[in-house]
Parts: sequence; structure tokens; C-alpha cells
Amino acid sequence: MSEQIPLLILLVPLLGAVGLGLFALRRPAAAMPVVFGALGIAVLAAIHTLLRIVDEGGSVITYNLAGWDRLPERASGKAIGIEYKIDAFNALVLVLITAVALVNALYLRARIAVECAGKEILYAVLYLLLVVGLCGMVITNDAFNLYVLLEISSLTSYALIGIGRRRAAHASFNYIITGTIGASFYLLGVGYLYMQVGTLNIGDIHEVLTASAELRASASVKVACMMIMAGLWLKMAMFPMHGWLPNAYRYAPSPSGSLMAPLVTKVMVVVMLRVMVNLFGLDYLFAELNWRPVIVGLACVAILAGSLLALAQRDLRAMLCYLIVAEVGYMVGGAWVGNEAGITGVAYHVLSDACMTFCLFLAAAAIILRTGEHRLGAFRGAFQRIPVAMTAFTVGAFSMIGLPPTCGFFSKWYLLQGGIEAGQWHYVAALLISSLVNAVLFFRIFEIALFGKIEVPETGVRDVDALPRDTWERVPAATKVGLVVAAIAVIAVGLLNRPIALWIGKALNFIEVAG
Amino acid sequence: MDLLEYILGKSNYWASIVLMMIGLHAMISKNNLIKKLIGMSVFQTAIILFYVSSSAKRGAKIPIIHPHGDHADKADHAAEAGHHAADAVHHAIDATAYENPLPHVLMLTAIVVGVATLGLALAMVQKVYAAYGSIEEDEVLAAIAEATANGASISMPSPSDSPAQGDVSPS
Amino acid sequence: MKAFASILVVVLGAVLLHASKDFPLLGDAMSPANNHPVARHYIEETVNDTHVRNLVTAVLADYRGYDTMFETVVVFVAGIGILAVIGVPTARIRQNENLGSTRQFGVDSDLIILQTCRLIVPVLQLFALYVIAHGHHSPGGGFQGGVLFGASYILLALSGGLREALRRLSESLSFRLAAFGIVLYAGVGLLSMALGGNFLDYAVLDRLLPGDVAMARSHSMLIVEAGVGFTVTTILFVIYANLATRGNLEDGL
Repeated sequence: MSEQIPLLILLVPLLGAVGLGLFALRRPAAAMPVVFGALGIAVLAAIHTLLRIVDEGGSVITYNLAGWDRLPERASGKAIGIEYKIDAFNALVLVLITAVALVNALYLRARIAVECAGKEILYAVLYLLLVVGLCGMVITNDAFNLYVLLEISSLTSYALIGIGRRRAAHASFNYIITGTIGASFYLLGVGYLYMQVGTLNIGDIHEVLTASAELRASASVKVACMMIMAGLWLKMAMFPMHGWLPNAYRYAPSPSGSLMAPLVTKVMVVVMLRVMVNLFGLDYLFAELNWRPVIVGLACVAILAGSLLALAQRDLRAMLCYLIVAEVGYMVGGAWVGNEAGITGVAYHVLSDACMTFCLFLAAAAIILRTGEHRLGAFRGAFQRIPVAMTAFTVGAFSMIGLPPTCGFFSKWYLLQGGIEAGQWHYVAALLISSLVNAVLFFRIFEIALFGKIEVPETGVRDVDALPRDTWERVPAATKVGLVVAAIAVIAVGLLNRPIALWIGKALNFIEVAG
Repeated sequence: MDLLEYILGKSNYWASIVLMMIGLHAMISKNNLIKKLIGMSVFQTAIILFYVSSSAKRGAKIPIIHPHGDHADKADHAAEAGHHAADAVHHAIDATAYENPLPHVLMLTAIVVGVATLGLALAMVQKVYAAYGSIEEDEVLAAIAEATANGASISMPSPSDSPAQGDVSPS
Repeated sequence: MKAFASILVVVLGAVLLHASKDFPLLGDAMSPANNHPVARHYIEETVNDTHVRNLVTAVLADYRGYDTMFETVVVFVAGIGILAVIGVPTARIRQNENLGSTRQFGVDSDLIILQTCRLIVPVLQLFALYVIAHGHHSPGGGFQGGVLFGASYILLALSGGLREALRRLSESLSFRLAAFGIVLYAGVGLLSMALGGNFLDYAVLDRLLPGDVAMARSHSMLIVEAGVGFTVTTILFVIYANLATRGNLEDGL
């Protein structure tokens, strides 16, 4: 029976969502209990899976869906059905996704009745299905199954953004256009690969590519790699294709923003890592294709652009969104630096960035809630007025800047190590410059919080987004709990960086076919 | 390689790539939101064409196994097909006589996904129209800029934006 | 923007075409994709494994059934998403009050259209059920039949007014049936797990279903396709109803 537990991570939220659709369409009160219940079970199942893998020394769990084992060896040994594969890194990401969704649900509970009045059940269904899509993408071993789950995550995120008011619909529309181009590029890339290889199973594709030098040298496989990468970069908001992200996450209802900002782009990075390591193989990518200089250069531009654009923002959430763009630059650059330290750094950074982004977004939402202001003026006297949220924000800020013992420090450390080892000095420089810019950015905020000054003189135009006093609310207790958990996670992931990096190394080496 | 063979023998790739590029161009450059969606549709359909054309085999039948081997007259056997299918096919099936079913399956999924995305996107366009009165991108952006200048809030519920009464759950 | 788009499109198109020089010619039966052992297995062994002659249905519902389940979820998400984005709350309460009151068709309906469609709709629905059920032996299946069935309701809405169609298939019932379709699909999978197999492993269901293992696969595929049919039918109708009325389900086209 314990063989089946990993599947519960996907099945329980799925059944929770359809259960809501079946029984609770007119009972909005049922939304949150089902969300909590389903995600709670999913988190437990994910932790169980992680512990099982760790106990067994980093083994990989393979599961054949629909019971179709591979063809017998005499008939080629290929996979005829769909299988999924969980290794230590995937299991960590599963725990991350389900845990972030669960903690965010604490915040959701307070806001759902206000921001999505009358649509609670619909929101809860979309919420649970987004988690299903993200988790499924992480563990699947079939290139086309990945596309289907990618589309589930995308459609639910389009709706979770579009459900908001005012500018949300237009932001979501732009996201739809860009996202569909990205997913279609991915599908086209898989199609090109399929034409040459004949199978969709990621492991089998890798085997065929490793065995045939002719295929590796062919233009079609190169173009396939390019299209798949381009598609994934569109979906993870890699500069210069990041245009959809700031508007989409700013204008979405705040619980959607705080769920998607930490998770969606990071899961795309996980998929990119999987494609790089498991599908194409690092030696093909770095020995035969010589794209590293171009891509690392692009990543450096992304890092700098993201950081500088963040500095230029006056709106809190917009600033955080541009920081995400910079973080994606870190990850793409680190992955394409290509050495073990770089890739381990990126994998670790996925976990750490998700935690710190979540912490920051949740804290920002709480601060906006309490003070009614979207702009940096919201921080005036914040330490006295909203202590819990401000402390969590501080922890997240330190992590973004890269101060120990937060996870941000350790992930920058690994990435820097990777960059230095590979001699990619522009990447190293970009990382250091962006840390500096982040420091300026956040210390400016701390200055406002502690001393109440705003550097930029107000020009007499009133803050159009400030809400009148009677709509401000005290931060609900459940949200405070969420903030504390998020802040602790940021520090915990930092302190646990050695064991996590160890398991990541095992996972990636395990699957990386020798050579 | 012979140029004629290159163009005619690979006509399916030419066709689908040209269509893809037409669709992509529309998605990126058109001002009208609906035209962007039409471009999206064309783009996705072209990818579907690409996959399905890869499954073709010269002289092959559609991927439904004939009950009595390569019998030319299918109509007669249709009635008995349901009962006899199980025991009819004892002899080996020639794989080159039937098209590859896998791309067909994948594209069934892709078509459904495309329809779902299109439906959601159309709903989004309707919402944009309801909010700003236009479906031309430049006019929408102008309306947004005007609304911001006039003091409309971004996403937090403003006092004038009373939450909808009642439940939107389907009746 | 147009200039940038044109350049991008030309360059990308050229790159894609350049790559296609490696590709097999159209109709090549020995291409890597067509000649792959797995593709050959699908063609040669499916009838022995599953007793289903339509290879596309067999691969869709059995070998790659996991994908199809998520495809059904995509359809469901589309319906929920559209309702979430443009559904108008107050309109539904009004609908609830007015819906049961009138027996006559909408005021704008034309007699000839109405009567013709009243003749067509039952035949269409019967044909749709045939397409779903006969998907094992002829082109067809859950999606195809589901679309036809959903179209029959849309035809009813177009000819007799949306209110008439909603009286027969209300939005609430639609969502329940859509969710039920997924429950049916996942339920078959869970049943397999409960009986000791993997998720969606139809072979272990031969304890419950008549016939041998291969027939059990065939029957399970039918159940699963029925589930898909439920979801596609209802969601297609919901999408039409909401898009045609901008979410408030009044009047319509």
C-alpha cells in the first residue's frame, strides 16, 4: 500500500476539487475546510515520500501508471505507458509545493470572502487543481504528460488571476497569450524530438540520444532543444519575455499572488533542470551545443535588469515581482553554467527562493492589508504597527540580500561557487551587483520603517491606491501563523543547506546517465 | 538532396510551419484581442497538423484494426465486428498497414487543451470589454491609464467596489 | 511591434524549416516515430491485450489513460474558470426564481426552426451515445461523442432559447455531472488501487468485470470514456451558455 502513497499527493487534491464541484457548489462554507483537508493530506503524503526516499538512501521511486510495465528486454525494453519518477530532489519540491499551498491557505481563509465574494468554491477548486498540476509536472517522466499538466497549471493560474477585479482581466489576457506561445513552443520542441526519436518517455529519449552521435549532431535535435528551452523560458518569465509577470501577479487577488509567485516560476525551473539533466543530458548540452556563453550572458542581463527595475518601482508588489525576474535570471544562469556546483546551486535555490518569495509576498499582503497603502509609504512605523508581518518581511529581505543564516545566503554561495569554478566572471559579477542592489532596495524600506522618511518627495499627487481608514484590518491570527511559519522556513532551509545539497547531488547524479 | 523531393516530400512540414508562423505573427502583432486569439488558434492547429502528418504511412489504413485482415469491404463486417473482433485477429498484423496511433492520441489531447484555452481566453476578452469598453489593445491601455490617473484603485477592493451580492454558484 | 513580429516570424520559420531537412518524408513507414517498437506494439498487440480494435481509443483510454484523465480535468478547469471569470452572482439568483415558471419556449423562436430542431435533437443525442459506445470499434470515443451531445444542447439553446436548454440541463446540474465524470474516471483508478494494482490498472478489475483480462480492459475503457463524455458534454454547454450571455445567463443569442 505504501507504493501508492506518492500518488495521493496528486489524487487527494484532485478528488477534493471535484468533490467540491459535486457536492458543495452552493455551500461556500465548505471551501476552506476541504482545501485545508486535501492539502494537509497531500503534505503528509509528500513528507512520507521524502522520508522513504531518504531512508532508502536516495533511491528513485518509479511507478507505472495503468500498470503497463516496460516491454520485455527482447522486445526493446521501452516504456509503453506513462511512468513517473520521484527522486530526492523531486520529493523535496513536492513537499515545498504542498506546504506553501497549505500555509498560503491560512491567508486565503481571511481574504477569500472579501476578494472573491460569491466565488469561493470556484476559487478553491482552481486552487487545488493548480497544486495538482504543479506537483504532477515535477514527477512525471513523460514529455507529453508534462505538457498536459503544464496546461492544467496554466489554465488554473489564468483563472486565478482573471477572477480578480479591474486590471486583472487584462493582465491575465496578456499572460494567456504569452503562456500559450510558451506551451506551444514546448509542444513543438517535443514534436521535433519525437519525429527523430520515436518515444515520449524522458528516460528512453535520453538513451536514444546518448547512443546515436548522428542524432546529437543533427539540426532537428538542436532546434528541438531550443524550442523546448524557449517555451520554458517564456513560462518562467526569463528576461526579455518577462512582461506578463509583474502585471499578472500585482493585479491578481492577493492570495493568488502569494500562491503563484513562489511556485509557478520555480516549478518551471525544476522542469528546465529535468529537461537539461534527464532528457538531453549535460554532456550533450555543454560539449556539443555551445550555447553557454549566450545564455549565461542573457541571464546576467536578466539579473541586472530585474534588480534595477525593482529599484525603480514605487509599488511594493511590483517591486517584489521584478525581484522574481532577477531570481529567474540567477537560476537560468546557474543552470547553464553547467557544472555540478551550479546545478546543485540552482536546485537548492529553487527551494530557497520559493520560501523567501513566499515570505515576502505574504508579508507584503499583510502590510498592505493593515496600512491600506500599496506604496513604500506603507512601511512608515511598520515595526510598531504590524510587528509580525514586518519581522517576516525582514527575514525575507535578508534572504534576498543574501545574509546568513537565511537560505538566500547559502543559495548565492553555491551559485557563486559554480560561477567561479566555471570561470563565468560576468555571472559572478551580476550576482554580487544584484545583491548590492537588493541591499539598497531593502535598506531603503527599513529606513522608512524605522525613521518614517520617504526619500522621494511627494509631488502633491495623492496616493491613488491608498484605501480609506475604515477598510484597514488587523492582520488575522491565522495569517500571522502563516507568516511565522514562512519566516522559520526561510531560516530552516538555510540551516539545513548541507543535507539538502547532499540529497540534491545524489538525486541529480543518480539519474544522470554516466557519460 | 533533390530540391523537388525536398519541397514535395516534406510538404506537410512546410505547410504546418508556414501556418504556425502566420498564427504567431497574429498573436504578437495584432492590436485587436480577438484577432490575437484567432492567431492562437491557427498556431495551435498548425502544431496539431505537424504531429498528425508525422503519423501518415503511404498506403496505410486508419488505425482501426480490420476484423478479418486486409479485406477491402469493411461495410459487411461492421455488424459482426463487435462480436467477432475478439477472435477474428489471429494472424499477425502488419504494422505498416496501419497508421501510427500515438500522434493521433496526443493531438486529441492537444485539441481539447486548445479549446479549453480558447474558451477561457474569450471569457477574459469579454471581461476586458466589460471593464474598458474596447477590445483594441491600444484603446484598452489608454483607458487603463485614464482610470489610474482618475484615482481608481488597482486590485484591492475600494469602497465603491461593493462585493457582489449573493453567490455566483450555478443555479 | 509589427516589424519586430515579422522579423521574428521569418527567422523562426527559417530555423524550423532548416531543421526539417532531417525529418523523414511524408508517409514514410520506416521513420523513427512510425517504426519505433512501442508504436509497433500498439498496432500489433493492442487487440490481443484489450480486444479493442480502435487503436486510438485503446492508447488514449488504456495505455495513456493517465493523460486522458488530466485532459478531462483540463475541460473541467475551463468550465470552472469561465464561470469564475465572468459569472455574475446576482443573475443566478434571479434565474433560480424565474426558471421553473414558464412552459413556453422563448418569445423569439421561429416555428419552423423550432420544430425542425425538436426532431433533430433526439437523433443527435442518440448518435452521440452511439459514438461514445462504439468508440472501441469505429472512430469515436468519449470526447467525440461528448462534443456531439453537448452540441445537441447548444442546438436546443439556439433554436428554442437558452432558457429552454437550461430547464433541461441547468448549470448546477452541468457542473455536478462534469465533476461526476472525473470521479468516474478517477474512481476506476482508485478501484484498481484498492484491488492491489497500480492506479488505472484495468487488469486487476477482471475480478469484478465479466470476461477475461482483455475484456476487463475493454469494459473499463468504456466506463472511463463515459466519464469523459459526461464532462465534455456538460462543460461544452456551460461554456456556450456563459460566453453567449456574458455570464449572466439571460436571453442569450
